[in-house]
This record gives sequence, C-alpha cells and structure tokens, in this order.
Amino acid sequence: MSLRVDNLKVWYRTLRGDVRALDGVSFGVADGELVGLAGESGCGKSTLGKSLTRLDGRMRHVGGTVELDGKELPIGDHAAMNRFRFKEVSIIPQYAMSAMNPTRRIGRLVAELLASRGVRLADVHQELVRRLELVGLAPEVLDRYPIELSGGMKQRMVMVLSTLLNPSLLIADEVTSALDVSTQKAVAETLVDFRDRHYVKSTVFITHDLSLAYQIADSIIVMYAGRLAERAPTDALAATPRHPYTRMLLSALPEVGVRYADRRLRGIPGSPPSLLDPPTGCRFRDRCPLAIAKCAEQPPFLEVAPEHFVACWKAS
Amino acid sequence: MTVSDREELAAATAATPAATAATPATVSVARGRREALYFARRNRKLLLGLTVVLAFLALAAVGPLLTDHGPNEYVGPPAQRPSSQWWFGTTMFGQDVFAQFAHGLRSTFLVGLLGGGLAAVIGMVIGFTAGYRGGVVDEVLNMVTNVVLVIPTLAVLLIIATYLRVRGVVPEAIFIGLFSWPWVARAIRAQTFSLRSRDFVDLARLSGAGGTRIVVREIAPNMSSYLFMTFILLFGGAVLTAAMLDFIGLGPTDGMSLGLMMNNAVLWSALPLGMWWWFVPPGLGITMIVGALYIMNVGLDEVFNPKLREL
Amino acid sequence: MLRLEGVSKTYRVGTFGGRELVAVKDVDLEIGPGEVISLIGESGSGKSTIGRMILRLTGVSGGRITFDGADVAGFKGGRLRAYYADVQGVFQDPFSSYNPIFKADRVLETLRATWFPRLGGQAWQDKVEASLAAVRLDPGQVLGKYPHQLSGGQLQRLLVARALLLDIRLLVADEIISMLDASTRIDVLNLLGDLKARGLGIVFITHDLSLGNYISDRAVILRRGEVVEEGPTERVFGQPRHPYTRALLASVPQLHHKWERTPSLVREPAGEGG
Repeated sequence: MSLRVDNLKVWYRTLRGDVRALDGVSFGVADGELVGLAGESGCGKSTLGKSLTRLDGRMRHVGGTVELDGKELPIGDHAAMNRFRFKEVSIIPQYAMSAMNPTRRIGRLVAELLASRGVRLADVHQELVRRLELVGLAPEVLDRYPIELSGGMKQRMVMVLSTLLNPSLLIADEVTSALDVSTQKAVAETLVDFRDRHYVKSTVFITHDLSLAYQIADSIIVMYAGRLAERAPTDALAATPRHPYTRMLLSALPEVGVRYADRRLRGIPGSPPSLLDPPTGCRFRDRCPLAIAKCAEQPPFLEVAPEHFVACWKAS
Repeated sequence: MTVSDREELAAATAATPAATAATPATVSVARGRREALYFARRNRKLLLGLTVVLAFLALAAVGPLLTDHGPNEYVGPPAQRPSSQWWFGTTMFGQDVFAQFAHGLRSTFLVGLLGGGLAAVIGMVIGFTAGYRGGVVDEVLNMVTNVVLVIPTLAVLLIIATYLRVRGVVPEAIFIGLFSWPWVARAIRAQTFSLRSRDFVDLARLSGAGGTRIVVREIAPNMSSYLFMTFILLFGGAVLTAAMLDFIGLGPTDGMSLGLMMNNAVLWSALPLGMWWWFVPPGLGITMIVGALYIMNVGLDEVFNPKLREL
Repeated sequence: MLRLEGVSKTYRVGTFGGRELVAVKDVDLEIGPGEVISLIGESGSGKSTIGRMILRLTGVSGGRITFDGADVAGFKGGRLRAYYADVQGVFQDPFSSYNPIFKADRVLETLRATWFPRLGGQAWQDKVEASLAAVRLDPGQVLGKYPHQLSGGQLQRLLVARALLLDIRLLVADEIISMLDASTRIDVLNLLGDLKARGLGIVFITHDLSLGNYISDRAVILRRGEVVEEGPTERVFGQPRHPYTRALLASVPQLHHKWERTPSLVREPAGEGG
C-alpha cells in the first residue's frame, strides 16, 4: 500500500473541550490510485487532509498511525515532518489566491521553495517549464507577480508547484470549489494527468461535490461526522450505494434534466452532530430513516462486496 | 485554516448542533459580551492599567479638598523637602507642591477628556463618512485628513499663542482635539470600507435604511470595541500633548497643570539645585497615567480579540 | 412585470478612473408575474451585477429597468420603499447577511420599523409566525437566537421569510444556496419551487447549471456581461444552440455520466484565459 492510515484520531483543542474532528479513521490508498474523499462541512475531510501534511494551531494527534510507502509519518512532530513535506507528501490548498506571497515574483517563490528542500531551481527548470506548458501556462508566468494572474491560472500554478518534486502522495483540498465550472473541469483533469504521467503516485481528492469526485476518482470514500461511512470503487458507489447517508446524499443532487415539477428531490433533515460531545454508536443515527436499536453501537467498517466497505449494521 | 477547516471547527463548537458554515469570527463576536467580561476580569494588564488610572482620578477628585489653600498661594518656607507637613515639599517660592500636583491632575484629566473626546468625534464622523460614501466624498475627506496631518502643530500654536493673551484649559483642549484625529479617521475609514461590503449592509438598504442609520446602527456597533480603545488612546495622547505644550510654556495662562509644574521647575533651576520633589511628581504622574492608559489598551485588545487570548 | 431594456453597467477603474470595465452589456430581459428565470453564468458574467441593479443597490449606466412600466432609477424615498415592498433580495453568504453582533430575527424587526410601524404586538407576532411557517421554520428554533447558533440553511430560509413578510412579487435570489451543504441545498430549492407555485416571481442567479435547471421556467446564459442564449429552460438545456452553452453543459460534473476528456496540452478552459 502506498498510504496506510490506521485508526487515526486528530482532535481540536478548544476552550470548551476537545472537538473530535477525526475519530478513528482507517483506510489505504494504493500506488497510482486517485481516491475521492467526499463529505459535507464538518465531516473531517479537511482535517484529514491537513493531518497528513501539517497539523496546525489547535490540532492534536491523539492516536493512530499514518504510513507512507512503509515508513511511518511523524505527523504530530512539526519539525520531523519537514523532510517529508513537498518531497513525499504535498498538498494543494483550497485558496490558491492566498497560497502565493503577493510581494514575490513567482519564479523567485519557486526558487526559494526548492532551495528550502535542497534543490536548485536551475536543475529542475526544464521540467518546470514542461509542466507549465502542460497545464497551459506560458513560461513567462515565472516573471510575473501572483496578482497578475487570474484565479484559474493561480490554481494551476500552485498545482505545478506542489507536484514539482514528484511526491508520493498528493492531497488536493477542495481545489476546485472557488473555480468556474469550465476551469474546474480543466483542473480536475489535470490532476488525473499528473497521476497518469507519474508526477505523483497517489492522490487524495477532497471535495464536497460527489458528482465531481465521480468524474475523476478511482474510488470514493464518504465521510460523516469524523468517521468513514462508505468506501467503494466509483462506479459501484454511484450505482449501488449501501450506506443510508450516501444514498440520501446521492438522491439530493439535482441533475441537468431533473425538474422540480417532475421529480421532487429530498434533502436530509436535521444536521450533523456536535463533535464536541459526539453521540455513542453510529453518528448518523439521529437522521437515519433505517436506524434500529443496534445502531447505538458503532458499526465496524466492513467489506460487503469486493473493495466496497460500509459502516452500517443494516448494510452489512 | 481553509474555509472547510473553519467550518469543521466552528460547526463542532456551535452551541447547538448546527452551523453548516459558521465562522469562528461570528462565534466569538456574538458570545462576545459574556466572554469579554470574563476575560476582562482576568486580564492583568487591563486591571493594572485601570487601577492606576482610577487611583490618579481619585487623587484628582479628592486631593484638592485635602488642602485648604490654592496651588499658587505662598504658604510655607521655600524649597522645603517633603515632610509630614508638606507631603511633596514646597517650591522655590514656598508653594505647596502637593496642592499644585492635585490641582494639576484635575486639569490633566479635563484636557484628556475634552481633547480626546473632540478628536474622537471628529475622527469618527470623518472616518465613517469617508468609508461609507467612498468616491468623491472619500477623496475630499482624505485630502483634508492629510492636510491636518501635515500641519506643523507647534508652529500654529506658537502663532496662536502670540495673539491670545489669556489662554485657558478649554481652548487648549479644543486645539489638541482639532489636530489629533487624523489617524482615527484613517483607521475607522479602513474598517468601514471592509464592513460596508458585507451583505448585511445591503440588506439594511433593502429594508429602507439610509446611510446615516446604517452607519450608526449597523456598522459602528460592530466596531464598538475598537472605538472604545480609540478613545482611550486619544485620551492618553491628549494628556501627553498637553503636558508637552505646558512644559514649553504654551499652556493655559491661568490655573495649574502638571506640565506647567515641570516648566516652572526647570525655569527656576530645580534640577541643578536638587529640588527633585518639584519635578519628579508631575513627571512621574504624567508617565504613569499615560503609560497605564496604553497598557489598558493592550489589555483591551486581548479581551476583544479572541485570537490574542491565551488558551 | 419587470423589464430590462438595453441595460449596461460600466465601472471606471484605474487611477483617476481612466479605464472602463464593462460588467453588463446591453441586456434585455422580461419577467412576468409568477415566472422563475435563471441567470446562469460563470464569474465575471455580470449576473450578480444585474441582480444588484434590479435591487437598486447599484446604478444603471445605460438602458433602463422598469417595474410595472415605471423606471426604477427614478424611485426615491417613499416610492423606493414601495418598490422594496414588491421586490426583495437574498444573497449568497448567510453569515455575511446577518450583523453578527445582533440576534438573527433583528432582520425581521428592521422591516417592521419601515413598513409596519403601527402594527400591534400580537398582530406582528402572527405575521412573523405565518411567514416562518411558509418557509417551514419552527419559530421556537430560530427566534431569539444569534446567527452563529443557526445553520446556513435556516439563515437563508429566515431571509426568505423576511422577504415574504412584505408580500413581495419578485425575489432576487443571488446564489442563495451555493454556500449550503448538498443535503440542505435541495430543501431551500424546493422551498423556492413551492413559493413559485404560489405566484412568486424569482430571478434565480447561479453558476451551477443543474440548480438552474431544477425550478426555472426560462434560462438566460450570460457570458462576460452579454446574453449568449435565452429561452425556455428545457430548450436551452436540451438543445443548446450557442457553443458556449454547449461547452458549459459539457463541463458540468454529473453522476452517471463521465466527462469527455479533453486531451492534455489543450487545457484552456472554455470561459476565459485562466
């Protein structure tokens, strides 16, 4: 396995207690796999993405391990993680607009970043230019300031930057949320391209948009309230979702061609539980139409079909 | 933190299980009153500063009542050291330094209040108007602000002093107020700009509210902590400026102030003569009051700004 | 009911306002009573600007907007207030729409001061509860709370309830559900559909084509301030004529349909240069 996460727990320390943003998450990502990590706000997907690269502020690594290519990642130790960041694990942040220092020319920014990892810009310059052209950016962009680029261009620049040293694991954290639909398609396809050209080995694509994950991911993990709800190969998830949450979520997505007059879509009533003091057992229990008494006990994440995992008593 | 992180963190810390996309800013601001009071009571800087200022205020209120003579009366032997009879000693002419100090404190606080208050009002009016209206109004007000900023206050004061024979505390306070507002206007303008683009301002317009009503009832309350701190800084600044003006002899021609005490002390060679009790109390008094005000300001910043608080 | 004739909006930018930025160019639009029209476009298409011009939050640079035949630009004072009693707006970010230091239901109170100053306590209370019922909110759950104590979906619905207090005829909904989660989005959208069934006209501004398709009668596709295609929703989405519309539809991610992959080295997206 390229990435192996085992019972990972990352909590936020706050005035009112610990927010259990990630509460026992286990999964693996194979070499060359592009996994879509989908869920709504508050499910823990961004926390997961950040845990794998840089715990910040009030996040605390409470339990569990992360292994990349057989080596354990010291995610709790900021300094020790430094030698992994950018070289083996890299992240494309959500708002590329703020990811680049506005007072630096982009070329200078790249040079400094590489220098911090002991790589000279001159050595990788040719590869850099090649990748820039691949995403549709002219090499002259290195002489510009970030403010001279449009949102989509900045996003693509950051993508090239984050993958320049061919990391084993790439985390793309909501990279398309702020983009127009056509740019979104270009950026999403570029991620697939990077994987196909072996610029990155495995990718975790974090998004709230299931239909977008459907387009490019090999398999999709659905998260809810800090835990994994379901995981399956993309087509299987779309065709035969097993977890009630996934099913309700999929049926709440308006599609081109679906009209209010013809078919009334339904949302999921209620809202996710507070992670400050989460309920015991299955966290979807309060909103689930299929809940039974047994749901007071946390269902295990079991394989119910080849490569298809569900955490639900009813589904397994 | 990314938007989704903030969502996760705030979603989980909301009082009720809710908040699909809450931000920590709204969490802390709205619970602000209660939390602010809680932190205010525990903030050492705030308490220390407040204690010092209130102590001096008490002295200013009560001190003159403890002496039965005026500050300028010749009541004792000249150049006496502090003793049980003359707590702060006497001046070169036999005036009671303590009486002068207590009366001086009064005028100091008066100048701070008047001068600081006037500057606050001018700064707020100009800042809010420029920030809310934008466009030409903003450009004109900016020009006015810059001009006032650049005027050499001292030169103007010297000219005024030449023409006015008798000067009082109130004119001095007004003068200070008229020249110390530019930074306030700038800061308020900047904040108003950013608040103005928020949707609740648009919604207020859709509710039929006019510009003034929006500034007073929607924008200013959002900045209430900042406005409060601004006033404290202006108060301290006015005290300092008044002391400086008095020290170089441009202060009120009647009455007593701390700066005037120091002026007299220097004029009558208190330093070479070793009459430390004449200039140390006023100097220390000004330093402590202004210093305490600034420390209070830092403390208030920690109280109002949740990000600066220690967890 | 509402008509836009040759409406344009130009901004002056740069030092001393030297350059011009055309946000909206020569747009013609007509909305009848009880009609839902979707303004669909990417960023920079001018859709939000049009919404703001309809709401009189921004001035019109060229052309005119008329409501029941009267030019809205001339409305002032009482006439403007009467206009706002017919036309209201709801915006994208629920947490920006509320003043965070006040309680959420204050947005209802500010309405009362302008339009119902003489309404008694009980009558007002009944009116508020009727409005909340129309948007399916429980008064006990939303009254007396601060914005951060409510969810995005509840906040947006409260804003719709506010607009309904006035018995409006047209609602300008500017991306009102794009910041909500998928599971709550559809509830607010269904709510709009119900309101439409009761005769409310809606200008539904969105960048998301699948949302635009769900409730609208007519769809208008905007690009860089100009109308690129317009017509009944089913026709625009089913048989798009303009290449831009087609490109847009092809880029929308949908379940059960995979994109046609553009080959690499041809990565320029349809809308703009970046």
